[in-house]
Amino acid sequence: MAKGATKTPILELRDVHAEAGGTEILAGLSLRVGAGEVHAVMGPNGSGKSTLANVLAGRPSVHVTEGEVLFDGQDLTALSPEERAREGIFLAFQYPVEIPGVANMVFLKTAANALRKHRGEPELDAMDFLALLRDKAKLVDMDDKLMQRAVNEGFSGGEKKRNEILQMAILEPRLAVLDETDSGLDIDALRSVADGVNSLRNADRSMLVITHYQRLLDHIEPDHVHVLAGGRIVRSGGKELALELEERGYGWIENTTAQEARPG
Amino acid sequence: MSDPQNSEIRGLLDREYAYGFVTDVDEDRIPAGLDEDVVRLISRKKDEPQWLLDWRLKAFNRFLQMLDEETEPTWAKVDYPAIDYQAISYYSAPKPKAELESLGEVDPELLRTYEKLGIPISEQKRLSGVAVDAVFDSVSVATTYKEELEKQGIIFCSFSEAVQRCPEIIQKYLGSVVPYSDNFFATLNSAVFSDGSFAYIPKGVRCPMELSTYFRINAAGTGQFERTLLIADEGSYVSYLEGCTAPMRDENQLHAAVVELVALDDAEIKYSTVQNWYPGDKDGVGGIYNFVTKRGACRGRRSKISWTQVETGSAITWKYPSCILQGDDSVGAFYSVAMTNHRQQADTGTKMLHIGKNTRSTIVSKGISAGHGEQSYRGLVRIGRGAENARNHSQCDSLLLGDRAGAHTFPYLETLNPSAIVEHEATTSKIGEDQLFYCMQRGLSEEDAVSLIVNGFCKEVLRELPMEFAVEAQNLLGLSLEGSVG
Repeated sequence: MAKGATKTPILELRDVHAEAGGTEILAGLSLRVGAGEVHAVMGPNGSGKSTLANVLAGRPSVHVTEGEVLFDGQDLTALSPEERAREGIFLAFQYPVEIPGVANMVFLKTAANALRKHRGEPELDAMDFLALLRDKAKLVDMDDKLMQRAVNEGFSGGEKKRNEILQMAILEPRLAVLDETDSGLDIDALRSVADGVNSLRNADRSMLVITHYQRLLDHIEPDHVHVLAGGRIVRSGGKELALELEERGYGWIENTTAQEARPG
Repeated sequence: MSDPQNSEIRGLLDREYAYGFVTDVDEDRIPAGLDEDVVRLISRKKDEPQWLLDWRLKAFNRFLQMLDEETEPTWAKVDYPAIDYQAISYYSAPKPKAELESLGEVDPELLRTYEKLGIPISEQKRLSGVAVDAVFDSVSVATTYKEELEKQGIIFCSFSEAVQRCPEIIQKYLGSVVPYSDNFFATLNSAVFSDGSFAYIPKGVRCPMELSTYFRINAAGTGQFERTLLIADEGSYVSYLEGCTAPMRDENQLHAAVVELVALDDAEIKYSTVQNWYPGDKDGVGGIYNFVTKRGACRGRRSKISWTQVETGSAITWKYPSCILQGDDSVGAFYSVAMTNHRQQADTGTKMLHIGKNTRSTIVSKGISAGHGEQSYRGLVRIGRGAENARNHSQCDSLLLGDRAGAHTFPYLETLNPSAIVEHEATTSKIGEDQLFYCMQRGLSEEDAVSLIVNGFCKEVLRELPMEFAVEAQNLLGLSLEGSVG
């Protein structure tokens, strides 16, 4: 059995091909993520990192053409984006979207209650929600004022990413996909976002940390590291793989893969 | 999920019109057609004084002239076949049932109708905090809280009753804001108007509850021509709401109303409308032609008039609630959400006429257009020669759903005083796939995501509505979210 598959996987991708805009981007990607594990997926630009995130979240413009995507053993591609969210898949967006006129707090409460309703739990009223929000906002060091402002409108890059992690803290997903959460962050913001993520690690929550750079992994220590190139996982290993990659660059992987792919 | 832009539109727009039922009542009805006898007959049914009949007849003669001169307005960006004014019945009233005990008693069938519409008018079930005048086709059938309001000197009743009770006020103000010769549809209304609401708020009185009129068209082959007159005397305040619905029919029905508001020194009138006339089916068959003239005069110093409208219904809307800012330091406002889908057309906006010194006006217009909906904002800001230091700010935003809807903006600006400051901002945007996906990734259904985004877009206007109507307006816009307005 391959490394990283020692537990029952919560997420399993088997030879997944996916296209967007008529171009095949994922070309036979396989991956297993066990419960409570943190996996990093690294890769150069254009390797298919964001497409992988979108395949998991169900973005309508990305289509799985071959292979299987299983979440907790069920076929994820049969579910709409909101059904996936309600089943516990959370995507921290690389570019969080602005929604003018909708207060951040209202948005968070609406989302939280949509999930609670799905789980058969009573919806939170304004007071209970406010208490929850205050509690979780501490994890990412988020200013109260941002709760009253429209969703992501006029937020700085750091505030947007903190807001994503805050949503994750409130929605308590079983699988969190962090799509280049480190991009556009200065070192202080990176640290507080990473602290927030680390505080949310637990035995029932798996994470897929997608990143171009190793620096995020200094703060969020992964159990497994995968290298994505040409729409496939070309190498998997422990956290030391990320360091090696940092040292030798993506060219190293692309060259070795090309050699491995040679017949003979 | 193949095409979110289209499937979300279907979800939102194919919703059944909830108020399309017909009430089975006997009608007292004047046969279709328009001549002097019809005008006289309406006046006689109302037992009107001679001066009012004379006023109607002047309007009628002017209307005949207008028909001859073909001055039916064609400048609006709406398209409809010529209306045959002889094919309309100008009066239809539910016949009182013989078995009713007292005059004040309302036909149970009508009580049931208003209950079904969510506007209970019976003593036991009436809404708390809202006085309702219920207008059914051509007549007012009930007014709640009348006695309670009278204790403070507030007169709130049907227009017909007001003509009997306080003719001197009616004679003084009727046509003083919208003259009988004002425009084609206002002139027609002046000749044949059948009922409507009247309110007078005496000096210094703050009206303790919302006043409202619920307009219901029921009979087929008729038009509704009501007239509303609100007078806010010095230092008084009133918030007034109106709602409207009609049955689903294949024919187009004409609704040509006139609303006149007068605010004296330091008085304030807030006038809110949630308009949900039957919009026609998805192919554009049937629906109400809503051709309405609404105007408020800020006659007194420091007086305020604000119009807030949520327009979701009607096949065609032609409507420009306006303010004449005559008193020095008077303030006018227009907040509008208009939604057109399928084949609906709306040409709506406002006029802010600055006459007095230091007058201020605000215009916030939000247009949402979906399906093949066509929508225009048309607004005039006129700063008169004597309007020193007048200020206006206009903001017109359009939101498009899908790629077959249209949104247009026609701002007109006339400034005759160099001290004026006038600002106009306009934007057009689309609901993005990114916004929808973001919301859905957080667990919201597609429909709720659209509602949330539309709600956010309209927020500046919705927060101007009284609480009672804010909820109804949200539902109308397909907004099922709690607590997101305000």
